[in-house]
Amino acid sequence: MSLSRLWAMSRKEAIQLSRDPSSLALAFLLPMALLLFFGYAISFDVKDIKMAVLDQSQTQHSRSLIEAFERSGYFRVVRHIERYDDTDRLLGRGDVRLALVIPPRFSQDLMAGRPAPVQLLLDGADANTATIARNYADAIVARYSVTVLGGGAALTIPVEAESRVWYNETLESRNMVVPGLIAVIMAIIATMLTALTIAREWERGTMEQLAATPVHRLEVVLGKLLPYVGIGLVDVTLAVLAGVLILGVPFHGNVLLLFGMTLLFLIGALGLGIFISAAVKTQVLATQVAMIVSFLPALLLSGFMFSIDTMPIVLRIFTYLIQSRYFITVTRGIFLKGVGVQTLWIEGLAMIVFAIVGLTLATRVFKKEIA
Amino acid sequence: MSEAVHVSELTRKFGDFVAVDRVTFDVSQGEIFGFLGPNGAGKTTTIKMLTGLLRPTSGSARVAGFDVNREIPQIKTRIGYMSQLFSLYSDLTVDENIQLFGGLYGVTGPRFVERRDWVLRMADLSNERRRLTAELSLGFKQRLALGCAVIHEPPILFLDEPTSGVDPIARRAFWDLIYDFAAAGTTVFVSTHYMEEAEYCHRLALMNRGKLIAMDRPVALKQALDEPILRLETDNTPEAVEALQKTPGVIDAAMFGRAVHITVTDESTAPDAVRATLAAAGRTCESLERITPSLEDVFVSLVRREGGAVIG
Repeated sequence: MSLSRLWAMSRKEAIQLSRDPSSLALAFLLPMALLLFFGYAISFDVKDIKMAVLDQSQTQHSRSLIEAFERSGYFRVVRHIERYDDTDRLLGRGDVRLALVIPPRFSQDLMAGRPAPVQLLLDGADANTATIARNYADAIVARYSVTVLGGGAALTIPVEAESRVWYNETLESRNMVVPGLIAVIMAIIATMLTALTIAREWERGTMEQLAATPVHRLEVVLGKLLPYVGIGLVDVTLAVLAGVLILGVPFHGNVLLLFGMTLLFLIGALGLGIFISAAVKTQVLATQVAMIVSFLPALLLSGFMFSIDTMPIVLRIFTYLIQSRYFITVTRGIFLKGVGVQTLWIEGLAMIVFAIVGLTLATRVFKKEIA
Repeated sequence: MSEAVHVSELTRKFGDFVAVDRVTFDVSQGEIFGFLGPNGAGKTTTIKMLTGLLRPTSGSARVAGFDVNREIPQIKTRIGYMSQLFSLYSDLTVDENIQLFGGLYGVTGPRFVERRDWVLRMADLSNERRRLTAELSLGFKQRLALGCAVIHEPPILFLDEPTSGVDPIARRAFWDLIYDFAAAGTTVFVSTHYMEEAEYCHRLALMNRGKLIAMDRPVALKQALDEPILRLETDNTPEAVEALQKTPGVIDAAMFGRAVHITVTDESTAPDAVRATLAAAGRTCESLERITPSLEDVFVSLVRREGGAVIG
């Protein structure tokens, strides 16, 4: 291991990167675009659900129930319909997600103290939203019932849950998305960018010239890794700043811990990228393999988009092999909960294992060609 | 003189294909040793084994006194290598390429400055230091590549077809550099498929189908060819070649540019037989004379004697 050779490799790699517009775009523009795109455009929040109402009762009771729905903030009545058949049409076209049907006898039944059923029709095509909408609707109806029991007056119910949301007080999905996105961006930088770097040397014949010099394979791997670690850390800084300043995501934790953990993650992911690149030896194939083994899992199986707890057991076990899974826990923990090493040490250890495996794979793959 | 390279029974197989077949030779210090043969003859594979880029299947070799099977790191610091394809970084400038290889070969500090300036002078690029390598002409690229390969002043230099694709003037200039290196005591191991280039070598090894078929000084190789060669100029070369193939006393007839080289058994009787064949075929005989064989004649003749075809 010689510092002069390591430095020569790193310097060369950094110069090449700085002269390659497509790498620069991938390194800096794509992360920012993703951050703003996911931060602003994609929301997993369920708010202002469009609903239709068929009020066959037309009484004070029915009107106040509808009002309860509107006041909740979760629903917006966009259509008042006259015929039951219309519900089918509106739900089918996706004009509304939910239809509330209040039968003619609603008021009489209430007054007589009999059960007074109302019908909720839900568009189950998006199961996630439908479930959430149903829970909200059930809660509204239940609360209305309590009010009716009290004859309009406030009534004390025996057991009441007083809920308070921790860590993401306003329950905004953006606050979850931005920290998670940092992990996704790092996965892209680490594997997609590096996937090109060694394959390019094979395609251009420069790898053979390198191999004829006394350079050691660890020096090649580390020399290639360093500039990308630099890019990764710059990207984390930009992402945190953009998240906090532009998107208004709260940051509760320790910045240094976030950087340290990012460094661990990067080493593992970069090692994997270099391994892929050196193993397949062509840029096109390397990019495709990197997509499949790194980017897609980071997006889909890391808990970024879909909660790991609700995945089928087989997938859930599989997620333990995905590096981003641990990193997302770390970024969300640091951002939203402000937790420290005492909580995140397991994730830290997992990422150390990934870093060692990544570096080992990357270094060993050159065994045939470079001493 | 001491041996710079010692090769014994060196063999490399790729599956069933034997790329290099039990090759044995020695190269002395300060010698320009040429490897001549068509593409696919095994020249590059041999060079790759000697430079530590490829492991031999069997046999042994020592480069600068170190074993290619066990002491590759020691070999790499003592050799310079220039591959067939131009393989500097085209997106780096002239200076940046020199700096990279200086760093990789551990040439630093004042020695680096001195060597860098030497490379720039040698490659005639002192005024182009900030130019991207991609913008240089092929001749300059080759000289820069040579400069980067010798930045650490290695005692042995391996050049794998260094002048392929370069124009004749640049090629000649490149060979002047090779002579300078040899005069300074560097051993130069060079492969080529240009016959005229092979003439410049002190000693030449002829390779075909992975085997070494002859090895000597270029002059000696030509003198050793005992079959006389006649050079014929005629009005229709391809037809003349075809007719001459069946002429008694003619071993072989082959096109050499616009002329025909005819290998014959007997110099005294053959010319008449050749003229008779040409007359019968209705072809003219503009000139017919005995010539000193070229290296190509030697090569073709040797391959024929081995009973094999030239591949590539």
